[in-house]
Amino acid sequence: MHMLVCGGTGCHASAGEMLFENLKKEVQENNLQDEVQVIATGCFGFCEKGPIVKVIPDNTFYVQVEPKDAKELIAEHAIKGRVIKRLLYIDPVKKEQIPDSKHMGFYKKQLRIALRNCGMIDPENIDEYLAADGYEAMGKVLLEMKPDAVIQEIIDSGLRGRGGGGFPTGVKWQIASKNHADQKYVVCNADEGDPGAFMDRSILEGDPHCVLEAMVINGFSIGATKGLIYIRAEYPLAIKRLKIAIDQARNYGLLGTDILGSGFDFDVEIRYGAGAFVCGEETALIRSMEGERGEPTFKPPFPAQSGYLGKPTNVNNVETYANIPVIINKGAKWFASIGTEKSKGTKVFALAGKINNVGLIEVPMGITLREVIFEIGGGIQGGKKFKAVQTGGPSGGCLTEKHLDTPIDFDNLLAVGSMMGSGGMIVMDEDDCMVAVAKFYLDFTVEESCGKCSPCRVGNKRLYEQLDLITKGKATEKDLDKLRNLSYVIRDTSLCGLGQTSPNPVLSTLDNFREEYLAHTNEHRCPAGVCKDLIRYEVIAENCVGCTACARNCPVNCISGERKQVHVIDQSLCIKCNACLEKCKFNAIAVI
Amino acid sequence: MELIKLTIDNRTVEVEKGTTIFHAAKKLDITIPTLCYMNLKDLNIEHKPGGCRICVVEVEGRRNLAPACATECFEGMDVKTHSVRVLNARRTVLELIISDHPFDCLICAKSGKCDLQDMAVKLGVRDIPFQGEKSTYKPDYSPAIIRDIDKCIMCRRCETMCNDFQTVGVLSGIHRGFEAVVAPAFERDLDHSECTYCGQCVAVCPTAALTEVDHTQQLINDLSNPNKTVVVQTAPAVRAALGEEFGMEPGTLVTGKMVAALRQLGFHFVFDTDFAADLTIMEEGTEMLDRLTRHLEGDKEVKLPILTSCCPGWVNFFEYYYPDMMDIPSTARSPQQMFGAIAKTYFAEKQKIDRKDMVVVSIMPCVAKKYECTREEFATDGSPDVDYSISTRELASLIKQANINFNLLPDEDFDKPMGESTGAAVIFGTTGGVIEAAARTAYELHTGKSLEKVDFEALRGFEGIRSATVDFNGVDINIGIAHGLGNARKLLDEVKAGKSKYHAIEIMACPGGCIGGGGQPLHHGDSSIIKARAKAIYAEDKGKKLRKSHENPDIIKLYDEYLGKPGSELAHKLLHTHYFDKKAKQVLLD
Amino acid sequence: MTSIKVKLKESDVQKLKEVAKSFNNEAGELINVLHKAQEIFGYLPAEVQEVVAQELTIPVAKVYGVVTFYSFFTMLPRGRFPISICTGTACYVRGAEKVLDEFKRILKVPVGETTADGKFSITCLRCVGACGLAPVVMVGDKTYGRVTTDGVKEILKEYENED
Repeated sequence: MHMLVCGGTGCHASAGEMLFENLKKEVQENNLQDEVQVIATGCFGFCEKGPIVKVIPDNTFYVQVEPKDAKELIAEHAIKGRVIKRLLYIDPVKKEQIPDSKHMGFYKKQLRIALRNCGMIDPENIDEYLAADGYEAMGKVLLEMKPDAVIQEIIDSGLRGRGGGGFPTGVKWQIASKNHADQKYVVCNADEGDPGAFMDRSILEGDPHCVLEAMVINGFSIGATKGLIYIRAEYPLAIKRLKIAIDQARNYGLLGTDILGSGFDFDVEIRYGAGAFVCGEETALIRSMEGERGEPTFKPPFPAQSGYLGKPTNVNNVETYANIPVIINKGAKWFASIGTEKSKGTKVFALAGKINNVGLIEVPMGITLREVIFEIGGGIQGGKKFKAVQTGGPSGGCLTEKHLDTPIDFDNLLAVGSMMGSGGMIVMDEDDCMVAVAKFYLDFTVEESCGKCSPCRVGNKRLYEQLDLITKGKATEKDLDKLRNLSYVIRDTSLCGLGQTSPNPVLSTLDNFREEYLAHTNEHRCPAGVCKDLIRYEVIAENCVGCTACARNCPVNCISGERKQVHVIDQSLCIKCNACLEKCKFNAIAVI
Repeated sequence: MELIKLTIDNRTVEVEKGTTIFHAAKKLDITIPTLCYMNLKDLNIEHKPGGCRICVVEVEGRRNLAPACATECFEGMDVKTHSVRVLNARRTVLELIISDHPFDCLICAKSGKCDLQDMAVKLGVRDIPFQGEKSTYKPDYSPAIIRDIDKCIMCRRCETMCNDFQTVGVLSGIHRGFEAVVAPAFERDLDHSECTYCGQCVAVCPTAALTEVDHTQQLINDLSNPNKTVVVQTAPAVRAALGEEFGMEPGTLVTGKMVAALRQLGFHFVFDTDFAADLTIMEEGTEMLDRLTRHLEGDKEVKLPILTSCCPGWVNFFEYYYPDMMDIPSTARSPQQMFGAIAKTYFAEKQKIDRKDMVVVSIMPCVAKKYECTREEFATDGSPDVDYSISTRELASLIKQANINFNLLPDEDFDKPMGESTGAAVIFGTTGGVIEAAARTAYELHTGKSLEKVDFEALRGFEGIRSATVDFNGVDINIGIAHGLGNARKLLDEVKAGKSKYHAIEIMACPGGCIGGGGQPLHHGDSSIIKARAKAIYAEDKGKKLRKSHENPDIIKLYDEYLGKPGSELAHKLLHTHYFDKKAKQVLLD
Repeated sequence: MTSIKVKLKESDVQKLKEVAKSFNNEAGELINVLHKAQEIFGYLPAEVQEVVAQELTIPVAKVYGVVTFYSFFTMLPRGRFPISICTGTACYVRGAEKVLDEFKRILKVPVGETTADGKFSITCLRCVGACGLAPVVMVGDKTYGRVTTDGVKEILKEYENED
């Protein structure tokens, strides 16, 4: 029996590590070392319900397991073979327990290619990767294929870059292969910066070898012998597992000189990012790897012509790489049979926000937003109304009800004013103010702009300030036109992708939620009750029982009232912190 | 060479493959505006960060607008430089830049010469629709350069000059996003950095973020003080550039008009730094000859090559970066300081003027000269030999303030005795000039023969590093020349490694030498202007009756009457100096 | 910016020099060296940057330019218990801003600064990738999920008697 414990950062944070230790201890105490193996795996994706324990072979899927549950898990499930019902997942709609993950709405529609090994194998053990057909594709490529044939296979698969741009991966490799130089580089972009997307981290934590394998294949096909992984320093667990994986691969002769006797040399080094979103842009990433400020440079020259240290360099993102070994193993034809006409394969999304099943999902291209949000995601939290879904992070747009049946792929999302981006998908409900959301994204862009070009440096700041005025009720309807023109110009004139896409959250909310903007500008009202300057907290007299909970918890003591009497909020002192509303058990506080 | 045909504003043009839209448009006489692009092609400096985004144009089939400065042309390209989309974008971008810029144009040091202001005029900006936060920084007043970084528009030209050309590296882009700006480490003042005050950052700054310290008001005060005798000296490079400030073609020599203007401004004595340049050759040339002779006689102690020391930016540079090599440069003071020392001793005594009643002012193409005046070793009892220096630009401004119609002035001659000079002194103003002047004198002194051909063509030119071998009567003397501190560094590193083949090296901090100095009329990125000034300098040399420093009759008289001979004890006291380890000094300062 | 001169421990400076040497004193390794330097000193005061500049033979202005570009690098010492609030989108829509405001209100310091007693500092993090637990707060290496404004006081209480 295998007990797979999620060892991803999300579950790690919710005491997953202690659970793992407790389980191991229980196994030892019960002398079950030969029968039960406790394995820390990568992320299962279902972060909402973490920590997760999956038992193989019976596929029992336990959710929100606490460290203290270890004893019972071993005593009941492992020894007596009895499923612990209280730890099973309960379907939010049907309200029934589902023991096997494959019957869960969250997993039913998923197709896991890039995430194939996440949650299945111990990422710190190369043997488990090898047992899951690991390094088989590399062997095939190095020993049986010519570089051009590998590139052709990738082109035929239709794989497009998963980092956001969606450029055909095979074509990119082809360009790099045609530029001759004494040294070329292969770079894995693991500087995942989109706030709310964490698929790259999950892959590196759950299946680091698949990225190494893909990089060797990439190096072989373009003639590069050096690989660099540019990873966020904020991902300690992923870094640790990558380092282990690199060491193991070297020890097994799968990295280094004369790999598998093929005569091909390839090795990988890790480079650390230092907290700059713009370094996800490949020219900025290269500058950063060279020890410079991560300022993007004008293309051409493209990295494939002159990249790291001026040498031809191919940059691909983690998820893109994770697809490569499977394409080689199963063939381009198989891969191309999945997805839509111009977007092949699957895409990993980080589903988050006001949704029941927060987590990491992988779905075939062409699936609709509705399926993702309402079937996989299990609908909106707390029975609230769906309002918008934001895809593509700070570069993307906010889509609404009317876009729910749009099949998701690169081109469709662009056409409706958003983009695939790296795969962040944030769901919002009726309590979210779209002006505030746009402002949130602009705040991020202002913070992360490198400052090199004027439209991004100053323009985004001005966009933010305009949005701020709107949320304060200090702007007019006419200012919305100004906002739109400024957005167009920033999009039209910025140097790199960051500035070229930063107005998308503004433009898409202006297009899809104009009414909400107008409520702010014309009526000085925030319909969602979010914008502090436009709302006030009031006590609803008929509901107030005078329990004093609000007054006791008010940080500025602005609520007065005797016990069992209706309370009153002093508006001149209220800082709109929401504490009273959170504390009131009688629905007696309202945002107006 | 592959040719490409494209259309710009419906006109066809053929260009070489690799040409950018900006240059292709130039061929059609279409000047696409820009605030950050800079091309000093004679110096191999092309700065195209693609940052200002003013030069954006519309390219048929392209999703977004393209920066003309960085986008290469392709066959069949269809470019629009003034479509509605372009004009709207360009103006909006400019409005954005201005929205983070102070509105103090009326009293700004750069008013009338500001690229940003010109652009606002050109694009007819009347309103800034985006009002919001403006960046504010503490202004930095160094002895030579003022940084008012509120006015920085992030063109990064200064950074390129300071890092790539000068390899001084004092200025760097710091912070990011809206806070991004160019500044020294830890936003310290320049005075606490390794800044050499070469002023090349000032020379290329499109706005008043970087300007020189202004001494014009002090000068006006001194000129109107009846108790002061105000003596002026003018550096050779000034006469080759001053005319540009009055609409004359670059390279117009205005020596006579400049003298007339200075007299009208009320200076009591209008002298020439060229006189002191001849004096420099006497001292430096003698030192050079002495070191050379000893070397040729097999003296192992003698240090070679000997390096020139006229350029204060260069002196600062080696004091910061090569403090272990301070015995290599000549000990001769710069012409500016030699002039001051002689004016306040020899000349003051002759005129019976008390040192404290004499004000010596210099007109310099230079920003670092302002700093040089303040060096403690160039003062007696707290009274500086040269009280202060004003730039070519400041002089032009003064002439305009005084309602002098410069263009109509008659030519006048310098006063005597410190106005007499030779052609050798004039060429101090351009790269290679000092060493050529030294060669003319050293050759004759060393060989005892008269120099047949005065023009050492091999020493002239614009290459960053040049070398020539001069035949000193059968002995080959290897001469190296560098302009720009980055080039200087290369030669210095060779010397440090013991691999230098040179006997003598001339170094000037600025591109082209003093003619390209930080105090000159702004060249706005056009290096042909600097070239034209060089031509003017050589023309003045050619037109001089005397072209060798040791033939200057007033210099001969100065030695006869006062100094004795070159290298004498008095000459050493007044005309030579010593250097300081600034790296060590800076550590103490912090 | 830095008016008080920081006296670096000689042994730490030596460590830093060895780090630089392990990267062959190459200018291109600046960011790697800075990461290590921050590990050694906890932060990157001007004095540390000057050593780095010297060891890699690059202008100190450039080092400063890089340090101020990347948010991971800090020139101010962090608190003994550095508090990081995730301000990724998932955390934002689940109330991270209110949590942040509460920390600022209680500790009376703005983001990026340290309390007068040096105990706590507040920084904002971009997504830590624990979106299932949003909003997320980290104190040192410890992660707190689903934090509410009430939870802030409780988190701080855990550190009341620690130093």
